[in-house]
Amino acid sequence: MDLNFTAADEAFRAEVRSFIERKLPADIRRKVLESQRLVKDDYYRWHVLLHEQGWVAANWPKEFGGPGWNAAQQHIFEEECADAGAPILSPFGLRMVAPVIMAFASPAQQQYYLPRIRSGEHWWCQGYSEPGSGSDLASLRTRAERVGDKYIVNGQKTWTTLGHHANWIFCLVRTNAEARKQEGISFLLIDMNTPGITVRPIIMIDGEHEVNEVWFENVEVPVGNLIGEENKGWTYAKYLLGHERTNIAEVGRSKRRLKRLKEIAAQQPGSDGKPLLQDVRFRDRIAQVEIELMALEITNLRVIAADMEKRAPGPEASLLKIRGSEIQQTLTELMMQALGHDALPFQHAAMDPEYAGEVIGPGYGVPLSGQYFNFRKTTIYGGSNEIQRNIISKMILGF
Amino acid sequence: MNFNFSEEQQQLRDTLDRYVRKDYGFEKRRGIIHGDSGWSAEVWAQLADLGVLAVGLPEEHGGLGGGPFDTLLVMEALGRGMVVEPYLATVVLGAGLVARAGSEEQKAEILPAVASGDRRLALAHHERGGRYDLSRIETSARRDGDGWVLDGHKSVVLHGAAADTLLVSARTPSGLSLFLVDAGASGVTRRDTPAQDGHRVAEVMLRSARGDLVGDEGAALPQIELALDHAIAALCAEAVGGMAALIEATVGYLKTRKQFGVPIGSFQALQHRAVEMYLHAEQARSMSYLAADKLGASDAAERRRAISGAKVLVGNAARYVGQQAVQLHGGIGVTDELAVGHYFKRLTMITLLFGDVDHHLAQFGEAMSA
Repeated sequence: MDLNFTAADEAFRAEVRSFIERKLPADIRRKVLESQRLVKDDYYRWHVLLHEQGWVAANWPKEFGGPGWNAAQQHIFEEECADAGAPILSPFGLRMVAPVIMAFASPAQQQYYLPRIRSGEHWWCQGYSEPGSGSDLASLRTRAERVGDKYIVNGQKTWTTLGHHANWIFCLVRTNAEARKQEGISFLLIDMNTPGITVRPIIMIDGEHEVNEVWFENVEVPVGNLIGEENKGWTYAKYLLGHERTNIAEVGRSKRRLKRLKEIAAQQPGSDGKPLLQDVRFRDRIAQVEIELMALEITNLRVIAADMEKRAPGPEASLLKIRGSEIQQTLTELMMQALGHDALPFQHAAMDPEYAGEVIGPGYGVPLSGQYFNFRKTTIYGGSNEIQRNIISKMILGF
Repeated sequence: MNFNFSEEQQQLRDTLDRYVRKDYGFEKRRGIIHGDSGWSAEVWAQLADLGVLAVGLPEEHGGLGGGPFDTLLVMEALGRGMVVEPYLATVVLGAGLVARAGSEEQKAEILPAVASGDRRLALAHHERGGRYDLSRIETSARRDGDGWVLDGHKSVVLHGAAADTLLVSARTPSGLSLFLVDAGASGVTRRDTPAQDGHRVAEVMLRSARGDLVGDEGAALPQIELALDHAIAALCAEAVGGMAALIEATVGYLKTRKQFGVPIGSFQALQHRAVEMYLHAEQARSMSYLAADKLGASDAAERRRAISGAKVLVGNAARYVGQQAVQLHGGIGVTDELAVGHYFKRLTMITLLFGDVDHHLAQFGEAMSA
């Protein structure tokens, strides 16, 4: 039993830290640390910098062009990136579709798609949810009919995160309406530039454009874009959902936000004029969430250690998702609460990093209420926390 | 980074788990706690035979040289079986203090006897009105020839009546000091009382009782703090064991208890409650590991954060798991007949011992905003 990283791990951490210090552009870093709006180019620039270093596909094995890091190294890399204020890497290519391609696609598909995911030439989004299919994903109705060497796709996907940045979408589509609902689904890759695709923004409660609806009207997709076998898509989709676990707890970014929360609470005056951080009631709230995060960090490492022993991925990921998202929500809520009345103004124009006008309240306060509202998504997306509880209930407790 | 226990540690755990399961059943425990002494000499001798009493003690004094993670394994197993024998009082608190602060002579006299099961210890520190402030002590000691004599009243001394030797804190000219006091010495009176959780506590009155100084005069407070931190880490592990047993019992009950023609475990509201118990317990387990790991931290603030953090999180978890285990069992959960209520009582007392959630939240917060 040893909770500490090895000397080799620590050396690796130093190498990562030094790289980020040298390469992460200061403007991007500032936006991330101050919760400002990021544009596609911010994500893309960081993606390319990591690609040039050979680190962008942190979770990929060497044979597919990844750095071949073990679970501890992947964790350290994530943690350092989060701490330094690096933007998240778009997960849809690197972490979601890529593992499916590695596991189930043909060698030709692997050779075509994987290098383009690494380079950022292909920017992916996810076509899973539909208006009528949220938690009950397998009820999805977007259909793909095989006509010759093409599928004709019709239907609608929704909650497509950053779909407006993407040029490719991986979709679950119904290829057999007769079969049991899980058995008539296929996994299809679609070029977003194909005629018949329409992307419409959905504006979130923070006023931001983050997610979209994607409409498919007689979209012609080559059969060569099918992954694996027709009607086996549900298996691949489940593989995808169960695969990515090292970062689901979001420990690194929550640690950064906790630091930020303390900085803000140290600057905000409490009602007695002393810093809010010295207000015992507020301090206790910070302490509670910090302790929960300390525990989650160890829980996360326990899961990673199990990964390193190549034990089969287990349902513990659901635990990480539930507690990790609750912590994120508490942190963003406390940041907003720290502002007091200054949390009220909706200063949308000031969200632009170029904004030079007047701001009501401290500049750092501008994005915080929006961030709180936005982060209600974390207990809803990626399988809502209620679905995660169903998974634990069934897989761990045996109900 | 490695979350596996060594082969020796796994053996220890398996042996102790088997012993507790086979030889420390609920009815046997009931007999023990309603007996005169509230603990079993037979069980104590068996724990000594299994090496459990020796595992955390130094090798040069009859111990096996184990560390905090060995203690953690023992406490988790004792927690699973709700063992009431004075392991925490004797080995973790008493022997731990002697091993860290005692003279070579004191160690040589006491530690082998603890390891062999021949001597039990208790820490008599807490006094009425002190709540969780470790420095609020009125018991005093004065020099008398080449020794010391003590006067005062110690309250809620864990397993004070079972002890052969008491470790007593007292004011001396330079501050707080620690003394070994023979429990049978003249001037020592003990009143044994059952605790809510089946353990025993004692009121200890000292009237010109002779004591043998442990460590330097006036230097006891940091040693007592450290000893209680060890005890907190151990209690966290015990709570993890208790919570595991409660969750197992509750999930089992939900699967078998039928109402409306179906097992009540088929209701999602109850399933999700059980899941929340599981989440609390897993986070508590992580925190018990962190606490054990940081007991040896060279930076005192780092130790404080981990120990107080663990006590907060485990306290919240134990409260939730205990209360919900009772709730999900319904009426049978609030009876004396079922183990569930007894686990609940033990977990509840653990949350109050050595600082409750509020106290440790304050400790954690003070370190944070300092």
